[in-house]
Amino acid sequence: MADHFNIRKTLLVSLWLAWLLLAALLSVLLVSTWGMSWRGAVALAVPLSTLAQGVAWSARYSCRSNPIGRTGLGQLFLTHIAGAVVLSLLWVGVGRILAKWLDSGLAWNGTFVQFSHVQLQLFGLGIGYYLLAVAFHYALFAQENSRLAQERALESSVRARDAELSALKAQINPHFLYNSLNSISALTSIDPNRAREMCVLLADFLRMTLGLGEKTLIPLQEELDLLDRYCAIERVRFGERLKVEQNIQEAAKSCLLPPLLLQPLFENAVVHGIAQLPEGGWLRLTVQQNEQRLALTVENSWDSEAVSTRTRNGVGLKNVQRRLEARYGKDAFMEAKTDENVFRVSLSLPAETQEVP
Amino acid sequence: MSEAGSKSMRKWKALIVDDEELARKILREMLSTHPEVEVVAECANGMEAVKAAAELTPDLMFLDVQMPKLTGFDVLELVDASKLAVIFATAYDQYAMKAFDVHALDYLLKPFSRARFESALERAKQQKPESRAEPTALAAAARPAGQYLERIVVKDGTKVTLIPVAKLDYAEALDDYVSLVSEGKKQLKQQTISGLEMALDPALFVRIHRSYLVNLERVVRIEPYAKDSKVAILTNGVKLPVSRAGFARLKKLLDDRS
Repeated sequence: MADHFNIRKTLLVSLWLAWLLLAALLSVLLVSTWGMSWRGAVALAVPLSTLAQGVAWSARYSCRSNPIGRTGLGQLFLTHIAGAVVLSLLWVGVGRILAKWLDSGLAWNGTFVQFSHVQLQLFGLGIGYYLLAVAFHYALFAQENSRLAQERALESSVRARDAELSALKAQINPHFLYNSLNSISALTSIDPNRAREMCVLLADFLRMTLGLGEKTLIPLQEELDLLDRYCAIERVRFGERLKVEQNIQEAAKSCLLPPLLLQPLFENAVVHGIAQLPEGGWLRLTVQQNEQRLALTVENSWDSEAVSTRTRNGVGLKNVQRRLEARYGKDAFMEAKTDENVFRVSLSLPAETQEVP
Repeated sequence: MSEAGSKSMRKWKALIVDDEELARKILREMLSTHPEVEVVAECANGMEAVKAAAELTPDLMFLDVQMPKLTGFDVLELVDASKLAVIFATAYDQYAMKAFDVHALDYLLKPFSRARFESALERAKQQKPESRAEPTALAAAARPAGQYLERIVVKDGTKVTLIPVAKLDYAEALDDYVSLVSEGKKQLKQQTISGLEMALDPALFVRIHRSYLVNLERVVRIEPYAKDSKVAILTNGVKLPVSRAGFARLKKLLDDRS
């Protein structure tokens, strides 16, 4: 809105200035170069300058319908030159009528003859002025567009950062943290050694999570280390109910991916899959590298009839999707599907082993 | 003999309900210093809890909120809540905590201290049955705004069934109960029809009559029945009376849809 207003203001101010300048220029030219009387010169220059501003303004619409990048150069020149010639002719024509009227109507004798001497030069001036206006409008459009582009770029970078931030914030699910602490609290008297192990696991997990957040890409191996800690912690809570399988191609382990991309998927599988099954279930990670692509699949058993608490459901998945989009654009995709009793999330992204800037 | 007197004579029977073994263990451990309380059973899920509550008639129940199949709130709806004190335990559930606060219920936030546990136990012992929250109202308070029931829990003897709301044809009020009709079967639940109406999505279920709540998807057409009265014909041929106010509600809903 503010930009729109500024452009309007620029246009109006330039219009006024141009009107004043052109009127003055025409008067001076008519008097000094072509020897017209001041009276006649001003009487012709003021209306002609006003008319010229109207025509210059109308050039804006002709420019808008022929945007510079998307119109052929030939068409561009033809349109504007033709416009300049026709409008300039009309402009001089109006001048002639005016001069004629001054000459005979007001009996300012000689005005018409004097005008006839200069009409060719005026015609040239009209063409020049029109083309100047065209150039001015294009410059204004260009400025407008670059500002819009800048805004869009800013907006999308803000959005990407936003996604990044909320993704990181979502990493440490308070529910997970409190439940883990409760497990530790229980273990302190039942099995102090396991309580200590659990403390170490949780500390490792937190340290890795917080540390990884600062990096843009990490090798898959690092994410796997984090997932090991995560699963070890959840296994303390769920015991035999949680079974984890991994099927990871050795070569894929050095591939780079955004940090904490898989952890939310694991958490989703645990919270909405395994935790909803009284007898527990399984969670399987499969990673394969096929030439230029990296395919990751997280599957888990799932009770299709369970109505899970939906408060957090989907947030983790959406975050992963947004982060993929922010990093890879259309070059990565994610699909979440449910088959009978299996929930499956598949990711496909470019296989990179070194960071591309 | 006063009620308090009779309770002090015998042991308090406690039930521990949590799907995590360690969470059950810590409660059992803390209760071990209370000889007046006897843990009669540990349940790893809501189904077991409903069964144990019916068979063992406990006086006290420690109830986890987030469990598979049945949540703690579902369990509360299915047990005879007037006869036992409930101490809820949750790790983190902002909606549950809000519901407890609304109903002035004491609860344990995991992990909890010995002191916190003791005070909750003490308050539970002092709890008067009339001060206990109405289970369906509590469950309603724990639902995030704009979120409706997705399935209804019903108990027949000790058997628990879950009726997905999409499969519910209609509900009929029968005094303090509602009769839930789904897939040709009728099941009774102790709940008022207004309570049920509040819990269901108003865009899917309409109160067409003082005693009837109908699944809009099941209504085939409305026919005039007698002067000033109409009947709704359902997909399975069942005819239900439609009151004048009910018809207005139905019409408004159908108009909003189109």
